[in-house]
Amino acid sequence: MRLLALLFLLISSIHSFAQECNNTLNGTLLDIHDGSVLTGATIVVTQTGVAAQTDLDGNFTINFLCESTYQLQISHPSCSTKIFTVTIQGKTQKTFKLEHHLELLNEIIVDGKTTNRATKSIYENLVDQQTITTYSSGSLGDALNSISGVSSLNTGNTVVKPMINGLHSSRVLIINNGVQMQDQEWGAEHAPSIDINSVGSLKVIKGAGALQYGGSAIGGVIVASAPKVPLLDSLYGRTILSSSSNGLGGVVSSSLTKSYQNGLHVSVQGSLKRFGDFNAPNYNLSNTGVFERNISAKIGFNRIDYGVEAYYSLFKNEIGILRASHIGGAEDQVRALGSLVPTIIKDFTYSIGNPRQDVTHHLGRIKGFKDIENIGRISLQYDYQQNNRLEFDIRRGSNSGRASLDLVLDTQTLTIDVATEISEKLSAKFGVVGGLQTNYANPETGIRRLIPDYDKYSFAGYASGDFTINQKWVLEAGLRFDYTHINVFKFYRRSFWEDRGYDSQFSDLVIEEYGNQLLVNPKLDFYNPSLTIGTKYSFGLYKLFANYSMSSRAPNPSEQFSEGLHHSASRIELGDLQFTSETAHKISLTLQKRGERFYFTVSPFATEIDDFILIEPTGIRQTIRGNFQVWEYRQINAQMYGLDLDASLSLSDNMRFVHQFSLVKGYDKTSNEPLISMPPASTLNSLVYTNPGFKNLSIAIQSNYVFRQNEFPNTNFEVVLPESIEYIDISTPPAGYHLLNLNLTAAINPDMKVGLYVDNLLNTSYRNYLNRLRYYADDLGRNITLQLKYNY
Amino acid sequence: MKTLQLNSITNFKFQTMKTMKTMKRCSMYALLAIAMIGCSDDDAAPLPVNEEEVITTVILTLTPESGEEVVLTAIDLDGDGPGELVTTMSGSFSESTQYQGAVRFLNETETPAEEITDEVLEEADEHQVFYTTTEGLNIQTTYEDQDSQGNPLGLQITLTTGAASEGSLTVTLRHEPVKPNDGLDSAGGETDITTTFDVTIE
Repeated sequence: MRLLALLFLLISSIHSFAQECNNTLNGTLLDIHDGSVLTGATIVVTQTGVAAQTDLDGNFTINFLCESTYQLQISHPSCSTKIFTVTIQGKTQKTFKLEHHLELLNEIIVDGKTTNRATKSIYENLVDQQTITTYSSGSLGDALNSISGVSSLNTGNTVVKPMINGLHSSRVLIINNGVQMQDQEWGAEHAPSIDINSVGSLKVIKGAGALQYGGSAIGGVIVASAPKVPLLDSLYGRTILSSSSNGLGGVVSSSLTKSYQNGLHVSVQGSLKRFGDFNAPNYNLSNTGVFERNISAKIGFNRIDYGVEAYYSLFKNEIGILRASHIGGAEDQVRALGSLVPTIIKDFTYSIGNPRQDVTHHLGRIKGFKDIENIGRISLQYDYQQNNRLEFDIRRGSNSGRASLDLVLDTQTLTIDVATEISEKLSAKFGVVGGLQTNYANPETGIRRLIPDYDKYSFAGYASGDFTINQKWVLEAGLRFDYTHINVFKFYRRSFWEDRGYDSQFSDLVIEEYGNQLLVNPKLDFYNPSLTIGTKYSFGLYKLFANYSMSSRAPNPSEQFSEGLHHSASRIELGDLQFTSETAHKISLTLQKRGERFYFTVSPFATEIDDFILIEPTGIRQTIRGNFQVWEYRQINAQMYGLDLDASLSLSDNMRFVHQFSLVKGYDKTSNEPLISMPPASTLNSLVYTNPGFKNLSIAIQSNYVFRQNEFPNTNFEVVLPESIEYIDISTPPAGYHLLNLNLTAAINPDMKVGLYVDNLLNTSYRNYLNRLRYYADDLGRNITLQLKYNY
Repeated sequence: MKTLQLNSITNFKFQTMKTMKTMKRCSMYALLAIAMIGCSDDDAAPLPVNEEEVITTVILTLTPESGEEVVLTAIDLDGDGPGELVTTMSGSFSESTQYQGAVRFLNETETPAEEITDEVLEEADEHQVFYTTTEGLNIQTTYEDQDSQGNPLGLQITLTTGAASEGSLTVTLRHEPVKPNDGLDSAGGETDITTTFDVTIE
């Protein structure tokens, strides 16, 4: 009601008459290089001394101007100050551009932030470099977890897979430096192959609204960007040293950039992360160490209206998987679940034994852009990625050093984008993307291929545009179409092929028979349209975002071709060759208030997904190795809705209270059951004290409460053992838990910053519903991290 | 909200218009413009993987000093595939008789069948075979072999029957158990084989 009254007042207060000196200037301030908005800039009218500041969208307003010519002095912490001349005629609207730099040279004194929005009608969550730095010894997933509505599906504490509003894996696209990551993201226990220390900023777009990135982002898009390079002669760098008590390890990360006024720039960055076994409050988590090595280099020539850049990064990560989680059939499962502590606990060690993962990811990219008058900016990008995933299991004899899984995924993509401003109010983007992907499963493992060999060809085109009707309203719409052709060579076990009835349906797909195995060559085509339409309405301190998007996703190879025992889950997983694409419809709203002392965003959403692919238990299979639960992928209709809330209240000049709350509910409409692995409701409350006057000190106490997930499908099962019938409870979620964290940062001098971070301050024992190893061990105990950051 | 579903009908495109496919593929490569991979007409078909470590067969042979041998066999040729596990026994045990038992583990997906028993023997320290029976079945088993540490292994056993009874006998092969142990419940490790036979003593 109050909102309506406010709306009414706002609308009725619009004046249609103009007096001599009653003109308004509405300006927008952009970065000259990439058009990102510049927030927190100061605009001073030199003749009158009247000043204004740009808001989070880079907008500012100056009232009571006469119809005359003024000089504006615009300054921003990360840009050179510049004087603009502007002629006021009635209600005037103008865009100003500043050259953005310096921010990197001294982050400590900089409060201004730059944002480059991918959509106009979806509120985008951001993680800035300062926050990312606090996660330098963690992972990308850990940093993303700081955003409301973003949680993670974990395998232990080092494999952290981001989840947006309850969706993950193939439903979340990750864009790393403009390249869509192709790192076998289909697997729930595959973490993104990105070094958190190479990331300058992170952006999360919940839902599929950002069509230039892809149409299959039913969950959303995560955009990781490298830090910007200034256009001036400079040599600078940064080194982070961090050391943690839990896992007795740390991280060294360094970067060095040389830039020239003429636009040439060269950067190198590398990091090394090493941890031994982590520990839960009461015991060592045997075989959970991690050894990560990354390096990246960039060279570019960047001018205002054209530029080229080459980038290469190598990510190599070796991760130990909790020894006690590697088990046989239901009998071992009974034992593991019945035990209060992991069934295997050894002494602390840095060495990583089996089971473990060893992932290597190469990413190379060349891109260029040119601004062409009357057309706009044309960009061309080619990227190549190679992802090699090795997984080692517990094996007998000479096989124990041999990988059980060895997949090489090669992806090449060519992208052409055009961004154009048709008029001051109407801008458009369109582009085409072609891709080629090859998966090779090395047969030398001596274990049947989990993911078959395939070649995938994809082609997509998109167009999107936004129209600024007036100061208050912006409309946005976009369309995309993806075509995918996949040519697969898959070995099926004859028994499975016949059991599924494929022998009568698809006998013509069989190209070779080898004893009890059949070589099958399916060639599948998928056509996936997606669209988005939305608006943004600004009124006073408030903004309202509303968006509808439809997206569709072709099934991934894991959903289609899984067929066998999945060791880390101790279950048999079966895919289906006949799956169709899933289609999602999502409506999302965000109401934002940005007051001086009080700020909030509230974002409710509702999603309906037709032909949603999920995996659920369908029975027990008796094998010579014991009984295993059979999980089959199925297509159902799903419905999800929820709410993300962020709020911040200034209690005094130095004290701030920050609140976050996330809730998501998901249902299988086909069976009217809750969806499995939905994040439980959680709330994060922090008290933050900052004192820029004293060593830039910041102290934050954070309370994180995760509720128990009360809605879950019952997937428990009974198993007949020689001497008993056991009931195996694998679905009941663990209890809710509360964690206290403490963050303390200070600047010893402008270039040197120290941080002390204590996670799980009270050393609470807990288990996380979204951790796949929750059956076997508690989550991490107290961890104290000391971090030193040096800018030079 | 009914969805726009374009793909369901055209999901499967069989091997028609093969030349067009090839052309399409070639043009796709041309689009990518980088000569990293050539344009080939036929994709080299991959070779099958024969799983060397799979145990498909358990054979427990029990030989009395005199009288008829009892052979218990469990075969699951497709491993964790949907094929049935088949257990057979050649006959029933005799009352109050001592049998010398030997167990064999085979991988019959290979020809000739691979003797996994040898691998277990080679890594005796990391393995143990357990024999458990249901209550009421009058069978006692004792280990007749040891690993290098002097702990029981279980490839060779003595099985002694008592009075006539019925029940089940389970053979379990554990990889990396705690050794020594007080039996299956405290052994830990990972179950490689567990197979149950319904047996009778007459």
